[in-house]
Amino acid sequence: MERYIDPEMDRRIADTVKNIPGWGMDADPENDPTYPMKKRNGADYERIHYEKAPQQPVNIPVFHSIERPGITRVFGTSTPPSGLSGLIRKQAFKSSEAKGTHWMTLVLADKVNVVEGVIEDLKNGIFPNFVAELGWKAEWQYNRKKFVTRIAVKALVVAAVVGWLTRKKK
Amino acid sequence: MLAMNFRGPFRIRADRNRPEPKIEHPYDAIVQVTRSLICGSDLHLYHGLVPDTRVGMTFGHEFTGVVVEVGSGVQKLKVGDHVLVPFNIACGSCPFCKQELYGNCHESNPEATASAGFFGYAHIAGGYDGGQAEYVRVPYADVGPTLIPEGMDIEDAVMLTDVTPTGYQAAEMGGIQQGDTVVVFGAGPIGIMAARCAWLFGAGRVIVIDHLEYRLEFARNYAFCEAYNFKEMDDPVVFLKKATDWLGADVCIDAVGCDAVGSTIQDIIGKQLLMEAGNATAFHWAINSVKKGGIVSVVGVYGPPWNLAPLGSLMNKGITVRANQASVKRLLPKLIEHVMAGRLNPKGLISHRIPLEDISDAYRMFSAKLDGMIKPLLIPPRAVTA
Repeated sequence: MERYIDPEMDRRIADTVKNIPGWGMDADPENDPTYPMKKRNGADYERIHYEKAPQQPVNIPVFHSIERPGITRVFGTSTPPSGLSGLIRKQAFKSSEAKGTHWMTLVLADKVNVVEGVIEDLKNGIFPNFVAELGWKAEWQYNRKKFVTRIAVKALVVAAVVGWLTRKKK
Repeated sequence: MLAMNFRGPFRIRADRNRPEPKIEHPYDAIVQVTRSLICGSDLHLYHGLVPDTRVGMTFGHEFTGVVVEVGSGVQKLKVGDHVLVPFNIACGSCPFCKQELYGNCHESNPEATASAGFFGYAHIAGGYDGGQAEYVRVPYADVGPTLIPEGMDIEDAVMLTDVTPTGYQAAEMGGIQQGDTVVVFGAGPIGIMAARCAWLFGAGRVIVIDHLEYRLEFARNYAFCEAYNFKEMDDPVVFLKKATDWLGADVCIDAVGCDAVGSTIQDIIGKQLLMEAGNATAFHWAINSVKKGGIVSVVGVYGPPWNLAPLGSLMNKGITVRANQASVKRLLPKLIEHVMAGRLNPKGLISHRIPLEDISDAYRMFSAKLDGMIKPLLIPPRAVTA
């Protein structure tokens, strides 16, 4: 395996470790668990000083992880944050990827976003075709018996719950 | 244009009124999709297991297409080129890309540092619309997109955008030595391809574990491997120990990820309560089934923030875990060679060819494992003859 040697880095390390007995004497470049997925060429040591692409113009709100200083040179423009879910997402991006609250807040935003999606559809005069969207045609064609049983059980459970909730109190 | 439109968990529609993408950056290209695939990891989005999956998004990270427009800074790619597009969006110049970790680019995903940008994989992967559409915006067009070699079948080409490299890298990360016993958890397309590729590294025995009989049968024929149904065993870990002289496999590959089955507790905690990122049973079994000092290779996709895993066994057994998103661009030259020489037959995994208009049914069939589905290919209406 090729070993990359950066003269400047070697000098810096040499200064740091010159008084440490035995430093580096057992180093083995063959012992590299990242091989062959990583081609060691010293690029790690460029840190953030690499040639970057021009910045994509920012015409929409783009959240970025607080584990990096800003946005990346390119980003997706699909579905920018909006509405209540957008406000919740904004809150989520105040904490790092290491925090459970970051992800749980995004999960909450996703749930709110689904309701917003139905409202948006209705506003645009679209009544969602749930049967088509859920792919029930495929279930009917290839899995009819189990599918009908599942729907029947769910309908019975819903009917029982509704019946129980709307029962007349004696 | 026609494109897939996510409306919520288990709800998607083929939407004819989606706006066409436009050039947003000098290094962008716009590609007219000729073929795309639904990936097993798309099902994690479809099932609502991935945070920041926004309503209105178009999924799809496995596609081929014809370049119809390029940005002012694109130098290599030309209008009219027919390309296969790796699922990773990679800048080619950050420290990670320079070390060929193209699946870990640092300049393509503002929203999470743990992941690079991927097409159509929610905002956790940069918020890019994907290839289950007629047109796609492709950033860093000179880096990832690769001309489809003359004579290569378009279905082989589209299978080189993710499935084949991911399966291959799963085996590669296993550090397989000649004669090794390799166990692959999951007989989905990636698991089957990993099993097939394990032989390329000199495996002596390859075992696939799943619970769907039709997929096990397919794996036996396609990947020349042993295949067993864990639903017919008391305990798959004990079965595998017994099958490997009570030592464990040399290499275990997790090709399942967060949508595993096999543990009721993990189903409840991970899939119903969303208190962990889905069900990590395959990873759990991999750690327990590998030998001491063995290697566990993970290509199954897990979402944040965490999963239940037996870390004590990991440490006590001295296991090495190797995991990553496939570095498609790094692997393409070798894999193209394998395909052109007939050693690998990626298109053999495609079981269904479905018009893009029927995408809701295609997702349902793939999710519910209907009609013996292994891998569904989507064909956009204007690309049928491409």
